[in-house]
Amino acid sequence: MTITISKDTQFEAVIGLEVHVELSTATKLFCGCANDFGSDPNTNVCPVCMALPGSLPVLNERVVEFALRIGEALDFDVPTQSVFHRKNYFYPDMPKNFQTSQYDQPICMDGKLEIQTSEGTKVIRIERAHMEEDTGKSTHVGSSGRLHGADYSLVDYNRAGVPLMEIVSRPDISSSQEARAYVSELRAVLKSIDVSDVKMEEGSMRVDANVSVRPVGQEQLGIRAEIKNMNSLRSLGRAVDFEIARQIALVKSGEPVIQETRHWDENAGKTSSMRSKEEANDYRYFPEPDLVPVVPTDDMREMVHSSMPELPAQKRTRLVDDWNISDSDARTLVSNPELYEFVQVAVSIGGTDIAKDATSFAIIEVAGELNEKGLAIDVAPITSENLAQVCTLVANAELSRNQAKTLLGYLVDRGGVVSSLVQELGLKQVSDTGALEAIVDEVLAQYSDDVAQWADADEGKRKKLQGFFMGKCMAQSKGQGNPQIFNSLIESKLGN
Amino acid sequence: MTKITSNQVRHVANLARLRVSDEEVQTFTNQLEGLLEHFSAISAIDTKGVQPTSHPIAINNVFRKDVPTPSLSQEQVLSNAPSSEDNRFSVPQILGESE
Ligand SMILES: [Zn+2]
Repeated sequence: MTITISKDTQFEAVIGLEVHVELSTATKLFCGCANDFGSDPNTNVCPVCMALPGSLPVLNERVVEFALRIGEALDFDVPTQSVFHRKNYFYPDMPKNFQTSQYDQPICMDGKLEIQTSEGTKVIRIERAHMEEDTGKSTHVGSSGRLHGADYSLVDYNRAGVPLMEIVSRPDISSSQEARAYVSELRAVLKSIDVSDVKMEEGSMRVDANVSVRPVGQEQLGIRAEIKNMNSLRSLGRAVDFEIARQIALVKSGEPVIQETRHWDENAGKTSSMRSKEEANDYRYFPEPDLVPVVPTDDMREMVHSSMPELPAQKRTRLVDDWNISDSDARTLVSNPELYEFVQVAVSIGGTDIAKDATSFAIIEVAGELNEKGLAIDVAPITSENLAQVCTLVANAELSRNQAKTLLGYLVDRGGVVSSLVQELGLKQVSDTGALEAIVDEVLAQYSDDVAQWADADEGKRKKLQGFFMGKCMAQSKGQGNPQIFNSLIESKLGN
Repeated sequence: MTKITSNQVRHVANLARLRVSDEEVQTFTNQLEGLLEHFSAISAIDTKGVQPTSHPIAINNVFRKDVPTPSLSQEQVLSNAPSSEDNRFSVPQILGESE
């Protein structure tokens, strides 16, 4: 079915993401050179990763273990056998003139990842995940900011041979929000299974986006462009939005979208064309004769299966159920492992009854404050014990929530002992009914004119009066009176 | 058997970033033609029911432990380089992206 394009035509975007993740192994994929970020140029290089004649690659068993973990975490099938291929291409960033990768027999096939969208949960299918080696790092020497026009390039092979997993989604993503949600959830999963430090800014997680558009209702996919060089979630979102708008404008004006690789320029806020991509078969993939097939044994599979940690989605469900916290708070905790640890220790001290308060205080009062100071929670003066004690005081009605916030503010600033701070700051909540009743009587006597209005007042007016008396009582008690008790005392004394 | 065309030779040369003269294209076309003819004997073999071989030796799962071993020194690494600068290999201008 062909759809005639008019200025009112509605379009939808079809997006697939290719994510490269650097695995946090000690050594490279096929040799014992250190997998180390930031060493001096060409110091983690040996005959194998330089492809000197006579050298032979041997697969790092940890990489297979990590690949199987990824397989388990993303619900992949792990076929009986997987094979390495040579991907032939001619750039100086690979000293071998090919990249050892996987082609038609990857280690992981047909996985999936659930993401949260504005319309609820959505399953993004993942086509495959395969092992491959990273390339060297080339730096242009020349005037322009890009490789184009550079006179020559300098190459450092420390990164050549570092193990990567390339995780390729199906084109199930339909907006920049979903693209961000997918990458963010993928990052959380990979972090939780401890296979990579997944930092987009430092390049240990790299995302390429295949973007196309088509009129709503059209079956056939549009021509896609591959967008590279997004180094944060934010720039991924911006790049995808820009590209969708660019392609819709092209189609509307009757111009063709060209299948090509485009480079995202963060400062200019736009994508621009790179050299048109070679066809897949131009890489002339063929089986790597120097490496034997990988056949994950039952033992290997079982070892990985039994050592899987709790995944982010499972953890969120557990927290919502056991701690009675909101999904969004659970999400915040799970995506901030240090903050989660901080609350988790407090809950283990104070019990699950304080979990809800501990979570919300930790997110708003503690993390919020620390963010402003640019301080990490594990070096902040406040401790999990502090948080647990404050929450317990609140639970026992010995501290109002506002007092708790004041107290937490002090603890975040300079730490201290909760019991002595409560004394020092005069924060003890008074729940002694006798003492509070005396205050209420005093206030009502002082404002007898206002009390006189109560009998004839409508509901709105009464609410206002009650708030007024309440404010006076709290002030009289220097903020220490238990507001619930004040409230019921005021109500019973004013009557109907 | 399909013939090798001079355009295919030019295409492969382009992928390999090789500049070839018209004369060389003719030479290589003939040579590759001869090579392929030589290998075409393999196509004559009946492989019905034979599993594709991914490796000539019937072993799998050859692994090494994830334990660092010494690398070469910078001097050794760069000793064969025609040109280097700042302890890095100096290479000619790259056209297009580096992946
Ligand atoms: Zn090496």
